Amino acid sequence: MPAPDQGVIARKARIVARLRSVLPVDAVIDAPEELRAYECDALTAYRCPPLAAVLPRTTAEVSAVLRIAHEEGVPVVPRGSGTSLAGGAMPTADSVILGVARMNAVIETDYENRFIRVQSGRTNLSVSGAVEAEGFFYAPDPSSQLACAIAGNIAMNSGGAHCLKYGVTTNNLLGVTLVQMDGTVVTLGGPWGEPAGLDLLGVVCGSEGQLGVVTEAWLRILPKPEGARPVLVGFNSNEVAGACVADIIRAGILPVAIEFMDRPCIRATEAFARAGYPDCEALLIIEVEGAEAEIAEQLGRIRQIALAHDPVEFREAADEDQAKRIWLGRKSAFGAMGQINDYMCLDGTIPVSSLPHVLKRIGEMSRDFGLDVGNVFHAGDGNMHPLILFDANKPGDLEKCEAFGAEILKLCVEVGGCLTGEHGVGIEKRDLMAVQFAPEDMEAQMRVKDVFDPKWLLNPAKVFPLAATATRRAG
Amino acid sequence: MRPSTETELAEVMAGASGPLLVRGGGTRTLGHAAGEVLETGGLTGVELYEPGALTLVVRSGTPVAEVERVLVAERQRLAFEVPDMRGLLGREGVSTIGGVVAANAAGPRRVQVGACRDACLGVRFVDGMGTVVKNGGRVMKNVTGYDLVKLLAGSRGVLGVLTEVSFKVQALPEAEATLVIEGLDDEAGLKALRTALGSPFDVSGAARHSGRSLIRVEGMAGSVAYRTGQLRERVGGEVMVAEGEGSAALWREVRDVVPLHGKPGEVWRIATLPTAAAEIVAQLGGEALWDWGGGLVWLALDPGRGAEVAAAVAGRGHATLVKGEGGPVFPPEAPEVAALVAALKARFDPRGILNPGMMG
Repeated sequence: MPAPDQGVIARKARIVARLRSVLPVDAVIDAPEELRAYECDALTAYRCPPLAAVLPRTTAEVSAVLRIAHEEGVPVVPRGSGTSLAGGAMPTADSVILGVARMNAVIETDYENRFIRVQSGRTNLSVSGAVEAEGFFYAPDPSSQLACAIAGNIAMNSGGAHCLKYGVTTNNLLGVTLVQMDGTVVTLGGPWGEPAGLDLLGVVCGSEGQLGVVTEAWLRILPKPEGARPVLVGFNSNEVAGACVADIIRAGILPVAIEFMDRPCIRATEAFARAGYPDCEALLIIEVEGAEAEIAEQLGRIRQIALAHDPVEFREAADEDQAKRIWLGRKSAFGAMGQINDYMCLDGTIPVSSLPHVLKRIGEMSRDFGLDVGNVFHAGDGNMHPLILFDANKPGDLEKCEAFGAEILKLCVEVGGCLTGEHGVGIEKRDLMAVQFAPEDMEAQMRVKDVFDPKWLLNPAKVFPLAATATRRAG
Repeated sequence: MRPSTETELAEVMAGASGPLLVRGGGTRTLGHAAGEVLETGGLTGVELYEPGALTLVVRSGTPVAEVERVLVAERQRLAFEVPDMRGLLGREGVSTIGGVVAANAAGPRRVQVGACRDACLGVRFVDGMGTVVKNGGRVMKNVTGYDLVKLLAGSRGVLGVLTEVSFKVQALPEAEATLVIEGLDDEAGLKALRTALGSPFDVSGAARHSGRSLIRVEGMAGSVAYRTGQLRERVGGEVMVAEGEGSAALWREVRDVVPLHGKPGEVWRIATLPTAAAEIVAQLGGEALWDWGGGLVWLALDPGRGAEVAAAVAGRGHATLVKGEGGPVFPPEAPEVAALVAALKARFDPRGILNPGMMG
């Protein structure tokens, strides 16, 4: 991270006093032991306590905080629930953490027009929870959905296992209330969804908290399908599993999820969760939705396609319990890998057609680096999750793991994919941006930040390589 | 000017000495812009098409008809249903795929799959200084850097000229059917659309015009039959079912706003809340076509009603004058949003040469 501004640190008492003047007494945290809670997000390898943290309850309070920080020249790091795997909410010693966790109210639900309006600190799962009784749900479902906040989902344009059918956050976001760094409050979009002019909402979503602080959001809610059921298909080669995925997609069947696990991952999860998976090279979990007859129709077609690829196993779930067992291993995959060792989770995306090549190369690199890797994969959309195992207590292992990870991400870009499919760039992949983008591509993106935050105070040291933003951050 | 490569286009733009009127085929251009015509129609061809990955990368000047031909050969399509605006606007010409993206055009299936912007995976464009920029890519999940794809979609050429777009495409369904509902007034007929959209039956079209409400489902044959039956029980009115080509023809009419073709006066395009759609039309009068369950209203009115239209939609949507003389075409932005838009334009097009005056 860049060296903190010592001038700001020296003015801590004054800055905290000004923040206290506009917020309730319990909303400003400046005691060192309490600030520990904000020293990192889910990328725990890097830690640094902030100057202070504020926990406002309203848009007006957020605006007041930002106006003060703007006047004082203090960097602000917005934070949802702190579940970012990319260091998106990582502070610096001269920054104020602006946490939206206390802003978790439902403002409006409208079933006829199919939207919900919430404060942005509300957790992803509790948005669905608020509309469940009426038979609705909010579709994006990142695996951290129990904890992660809508604010963070919007900042990172989060996806999830079911986005093959329902899209990611940007496809389900109708409008926001956004507070700019100078305290200006703007409304972008609205419950009708269609932009009136330039789609500013579209560029705010996924901007990693660098353009403004989202305090409220209108989200699309959808009627829940009548039912859902997974099947499990095992194959003896990654190529064949990949070909099966392509055939299913080409046949016009749109499963809600197609998950892929490779052999190292299957073995790890079997040892951990004992879901009864076959010991094979590659395994697909395919889930379809609808009424009983519709599920049968889709699964019949999937079975026909899968059997043409000579699977080692095709397992349908006869009841709810069997369905749960099919998902059990997949859902335990991260935990299972964590049992073996520390791990780093990547999330590069590749064109689906490159899957066999990429898996083969990752296997070769694994041998070269001497680190094991397991692959879990949203196969329908090409979003990979290689889990690289390392030992955090072994000197040099983390660095080796990061170097291996960087090579995998470069490979993703090389085959026509990208560095990150759903986790975001944060600090983790900041310096790899030049692998995917030419200087003028990044310049165009940075111009957008210049417009929303001319002094580059909002989450400034993220997304772009530090060298590329140095003059802008210096003001 | 009609460059035939991206490099040539970038040179033309870098060397431009005055305003440029950027145009694909000119079939859906709106707004009052003037300048030397710069056409993208020379930038044609499919760069990459992977049916198994549902991805298509195509140069911006490629005719929509050509894109559709390429896709249908593999039994695929652009999911968002490209409207043909020539009949409504009284235009001729060849609609280009870049023009579709620049207008963020989307037909009836928007209620199920989103608009054009939701199908766009990546863009290449030339900014107002003549610099080539790429953003996004050709994979379906990509959060690497800012999403300028969304910003460019619907920007009508004011931030840059698109040269290439990549799309997520969709397989053609095995079957489709449309419930045609008669005997309901506008309020009840629109309520039926909302009931359908609030059901688990995955409706892919919900529109109303000429006293009939239309509800479409698509997918596997058995599933279409099942959902048609379930919806029929829930919507009320006198229901007939159109299938296959009969159903498709009904939706081409909605998509292209055929009932309002050749009407005298002005045509407004109103985005609003479905529950407000009947009242807005009752208040303003005129002839209406409702799409997106009521969230989109095409309204033919006598000229000069702009102030009343703005008042009717205030606080519950916005209205664009798609056909008519005089008055602002695009809805006004709130001052703080207008400031952001002006600053973005100044950054992407510092000389102000791209479609000046088009979007406010």
